[in-house]
Amino acid sequence: MTARVFNADSIPVLALGYRFQWEPAQNCNVLLYPEGMVKLNGAAGEILKRISEKKQTVAELIAELTVAFEGADLGDDVYQFLEEAFNNDWIRPE
Amino acid sequence: MTGSDQNKAPGSIGGSIGSVRDQVRQPLWLLAELTYACPLQCPYCSNPMDFANVKKELTTEEWLDVFRQARAMGATQLGLSGGEPLTRPDLVELVREARKMGFYTNLITSGVGMDASKVAELKEAGLDHIQVSFQASSEDLNNLIAGTDAFKHKIEMAKAVKANGYPMVLCFVTHRQNIGQMDEILDLAINLEADYVELATTQYYGWAMHNRDQLLPLKEQLEEAEAVAHRYQEEQKGKMKIYYVVPDYYEDRPKACMNGWGNVFLTVTPDGTALPCHAARELPGMTLPNVKDMSVEEIWHGSDDFNKFRGFEWMSEPCRSCDEKEKDFGGCRCQAYMLTGDATNTDPVCSKSPNRHLVDEAIAKGRLESEKPVDEAKPLVFRNPKNSKLISGL
Repeated sequence: MTARVFNADSIPVLALGYRFQWEPAQNCNVLLYPEGMVKLNGAAGEILKRISEKKQTVAELIAELTVAFEGADLGDDVYQFLEEAFNNDWIRPE
Repeated sequence: MTGSDQNKAPGSIGGSIGSVRDQVRQPLWLLAELTYACPLQCPYCSNPMDFANVKKELTTEEWLDVFRQARAMGATQLGLSGGEPLTRPDLVELVREARKMGFYTNLITSGVGMDASKVAELKEAGLDHIQVSFQASSEDLNNLIAGTDAFKHKIEMAKAVKANGYPMVLCFVTHRQNIGQMDEILDLAINLEADYVELATTQYYGWAMHNRDQLLPLKEQLEEAEAVAHRYQEEQKGKMKIYYVVPDYYEDRPKACMNGWGNVFLTVTPDGTALPCHAARELPGMTLPNVKDMSVEEIWHGSDDFNKFRGFEWMSEPCRSCDEKEKDFGGCRCQAYMLTGDATNTDPVCSKSPNRHLVDEAIAKGRLESEKPVDEAKPLVFRNPKNSKLISGL
């Protein structure tokens, strides 16, 4: 297993050239990048939306999501998603 | 067309939009060929041979109307191409409005006609991405192929693009005359600190088809180039992404052209003709609907042209009963027509095609041409208005 890229203090940002937006015609959130598009599922959309809107640490991001989803224990899922998103070149630590 | 949008294949940057083809057909990708005007004369250009015939380009307002309509239908990617899109004086305005509509805006340019302040202006207008095309890695060959003295300028522009906070996306269109320079091409990209390099193989439409005997690479050239590209891919992991696509003439299955006819791609040419792909104008029996006469919606859903090769009903054998037809859609309709004379035939690149020999003969012809002494070899015909008129009898 490779080392984690993100820890509680790291600040995830969208990779250069990536843009997050809501697509009415697709009825979902998407990531746009040079000549391509990824459709995001609900959870991925919630996380990337926050990353694209404001700079904050992973700990703050998890706290915000926990409030938004009424106390659910999301920590592990968020970390797992961030690592996947990094491996897909969507995000990087600032 | 200066860039590589003629060369999209699965695995390339543009291939990724294919992952969204799980629902109703939407023109997700709008390629706006803003103009046929171009300071370069690349002999592999995919613009039609008779481009000099097009005098009247769509106005700013007409383009914006097309953008709005396609956006409402779900288009997210907008390619601004040509010709050289920088020759349009309204380019910044088009970018600004398209960005406001929510498009991801891609400028596909040779960099000729650009300066650092223009890059900054485009950035301020919201342009998302610039792709700079190179003809070769060395100044001499680059300028020879482009038919102009552009190399130093391109290097400067590539740097200006990066300095303005864009990822640097370089595109090299490869063919027999430059494919031997793969090392140099990739070293140049590394020196420039490129983020993405697309090694786009020439595809034989338009001017490239006319010059095929002089452009088609040899098998041993390809094998060497591929080995070099893979070596650099390994070395540059995490730093520079290299996309390398094998030319389809050397494959035994065709490319999934345009991700399926009338499926995700919509091209609008400088005069407003809407096409399912940029080469489709050359097919027989096309009605060539124009955005000035009807809505994009009508064209996309209702026109004969866009429905012609949707689905599988139109296919002939061996495609019709082939279990790979949903993967490659029978390949390229334009290639099938150009090589076999019938657009419903299997793309002759496919080893299952009874016409595969036509591709092999073209490869053999290219080799024969490559063995001729310089003074006997056919000269490259450069893409310019004079040659366009000459060849098309205008």
